[in-house]
Amino acid sequence: MDNSYLIKTENLSKVYSMGRSQIRALNQVSLNFRRGEFAGLVGPSGSGKTTLLNIIGSLDIPSQGSAQVMGLKVEELSHRQAAALRNRHIGFIFQTFNLLPVYTAFENVEFPLLLQRMPAAERKKAVQDALEWVGLSDRAKSRPAQLSGGESQRVAIARAIVKRPAILLADEPTANLDAENSHHILRTMEQLNRELGATFLFATHDEKVIGYLRRKIILVDGKVARDEALSPLQPDGGRS
Amino acid sequence: MILLRLAVKNLLGAGIRSWLNAFVISLALVASIWNQSLLLGTDEQSRRASVEAEYGNGQYWQESYDPLDPLSLDSAQAVLPESLERMVSQGRATAILVTQATIYPQGRMRSVLLKGIDPAQKVLSIPSSVLDQESEEIPALIGTRMAKAAGLKEGDIFTVRWREAGGAFNAREARVVRVMRTSIQSIDVNQLWVPLDRLQKMTGLEGQATLVVMGRDVPWAGPQKGWSFKDLDFLLKDIRQLIQTKSIGRLVMFGILMLLGMLAVFDTQVLSIFRRRKEMGTLMALGFTRGQVIRLFTLEGALHGILAVVVGAIYGIPLMIYFYRHGYVLPSSTEGFGFSIGEKIFPVLSVGLVLSVTLLVLAVTTVVSFLPTRRIAKLKPTDALRGRLS
Repeated sequence: MDNSYLIKTENLSKVYSMGRSQIRALNQVSLNFRRGEFAGLVGPSGSGKTTLLNIIGSLDIPSQGSAQVMGLKVEELSHRQAAALRNRHIGFIFQTFNLLPVYTAFENVEFPLLLQRMPAAERKKAVQDALEWVGLSDRAKSRPAQLSGGESQRVAIARAIVKRPAILLADEPTANLDAENSHHILRTMEQLNRELGATFLFATHDEKVIGYLRRKIILVDGKVARDEALSPLQPDGGRS
Repeated sequence: MILLRLAVKNLLGAGIRSWLNAFVISLALVASIWNQSLLLGTDEQSRRASVEAEYGNGQYWQESYDPLDPLSLDSAQAVLPESLERMVSQGRATAILVTQATIYPQGRMRSVLLKGIDPAQKVLSIPSSVLDQESEEIPALIGTRMAKAAGLKEGDIFTVRWREAGGAFNAREARVVRVMRTSIQSIDVNQLWVPLDRLQKMTGLEGQATLVVMGRDVPWAGPQKGWSFKDLDFLLKDIRQLIQTKSIGRLVMFGILMLLGMLAVFDTQVLSIFRRRKEMGTLMALGFTRGQVIRLFTLEGALHGILAVVVGAIYGIPLMIYFYRHGYVLPSSTEGFGFSIGEKIFPVLSVGLVLSVTLLVLAVTTVVSFLPTRRIAKLKPTDALRGRLS
C-alpha cells in the first residue's frame, strides 16, 4: 500500500443486514486522499457517503476490502486503538453540531485535549487559538443552548481542529444552517485547510459546499460514479 | 479525572431530576441511620432500666421458681443460703418473695403477684422506702399501669387475699402508699410490692425468699445449693429477641425506602442512556472507548449516592443532634412493645453505624447505576450518532 496517501480505500464494501435482506451501502470503493485535500463525497441520500466517512473515521469497519488511515488498517484496529486514532488524528464535524450540552463553548473545545492529557497552560492557549480561528472568542463562556446554529457549528469546528488533526471529516456540516452561515463556515474551513494543511473530507449534497470543493467524488448506490478535480473558486463564486 | 469532571457536570446539569433522586436516596439513608440509632438507643436504655429496676447484676432463683408458671409459685420459696443471707444483710443483694394473691379493688376481683421487698434495700431503683411504715393496712407500692388497670390511686384501700404456707386463705386490707412511674412493665403490671418481712409473716414463710437480686457491682457468689444463678445474658434474652424482631421490621422499611431510591436511579439511568445516545456517539467520535462511556454513566449514577449523602447530611445532622439532645418522645402506642423503654428514647449513633449505612447506600447505588449501562457495551458509535441503540 502506498504510504504517501493519508487515506486509502481498496475495494471497500459495506453490507448491512436488515432482517433477512441485506443492503449494500458501499460497493468496491477504491479511493485515495493526500494530505491537505479539500474533497467531498457527493450524492443523494443512501448513496453511501456517511458510511464511507464513518469507516474512514474508524467509527465503523468495512465488510470487505480495506481502509487505511494514517497508515493503520481500520478493520484491524481494536476498539481502544480506533478510539486513540480518532482522538489524535481525526476531527469530526456533524450536521447537528453534537456539542456536549452541559459544557461551555470553551469546555467543548477543550474536551479532546483533556482526553490527550495536554498540560493545562498549553491546553488553554490551544482552545483560545481555536476559538479565535472561528471568530468566537467572545462566546467562550456560552453554553450550546445559548448559541445560534451558526455559532454552534463554529464551536464544533473549533473542537475538531483544536487538536490539529490530520483529517477532518464533515458530515453535511451546513444542512442545519442558513446560506449566510453556511458560507461563513465553509470559508472558515477552507482557510483552516490552507493554514493547517489538514485534509477535509465532506459528505454532502449541498451545492454551497460543492462550490468550495477542490475534488468531488460522486457516489451512486455505493459506487464511485465519478472522481473529478475542480478548479479553484474565484472571488465572484465561479470556477476558472 | 475527566470522567469525574464530566459526570459531575452532567449530574448537576440535569438539575431538579438529580436533586429529587438524591433526596429520595437520602431519605433511605437518613431513615436507616435513624432507625438503627433508635434501636441501639432502645436496646441500651431498656437494658439499663431493666438492670437498675429489676435484674441488678444477675439473680439467684429458688430452683422451683419459674416466672412463666404461676402454679409452681407456691413451692418456689426457700430459706436463703448463708452466703446469700450475708450479702443481703450487707446490702449487697436484696431478697424478694413472690406469691400469688387476689385483690378486690372497687368490688372487682383481680389476680396479682405479691412481691415482698426490703424497704431499706438500695440494690434496685424501686422506691421501696415508702413501704417502711407501721399501719393496720398493708402498705402497697404499685406502678402506673397497675393503678390504671385496677382503678387505684394513692391512699386507696382494698382487700388482698392470699394463701398461707399451710394452704389456708387469709385476707386483709391494703393501702396504696405510692404509685410509681416506671418504664419496666415486668415490675408494674399486675404486681403489688409490699414489705418483705410483712409478706413473710402473712404467708408463714419467715426467712424465705423466691429470688435474690445481686447489687450492680457485686460479682457472682458461686453456686448455691437449691438456687440457680441467672446472669444478665439470660435475663435480658427476651428483650434482645424483642428488639431483634423490631429491627427486622425496620430493616423491611429500610429495604422499601432503598428500593424506591434505587428505582429512581435505575429509571434515570435507563432514561439517560436512551435519551443521550447521540452524546455517547459524540464522546466515542472524540476518542472515548465504550468502556469509558460505561464508566462515565456508572459514575454519574453513583454520584447520585454521593449527592444523597450531602443532601442527607444537610437535614439529617441537625435532626440527629436535636434528638440526641432532647430524645425522641415515644407515642403512647409503644406501651405495647413488650419491653421496657422510657417515655423518650435517646438515639445512639456511632461512626461505624453511619459509615456502614452510607457505604451500603453508595455500593447499592453504584451497582444499580451500572446495570443499565451494560447496553452500552453493544453500542455501535455509528448507531449512537444517529440516535439509535444497537
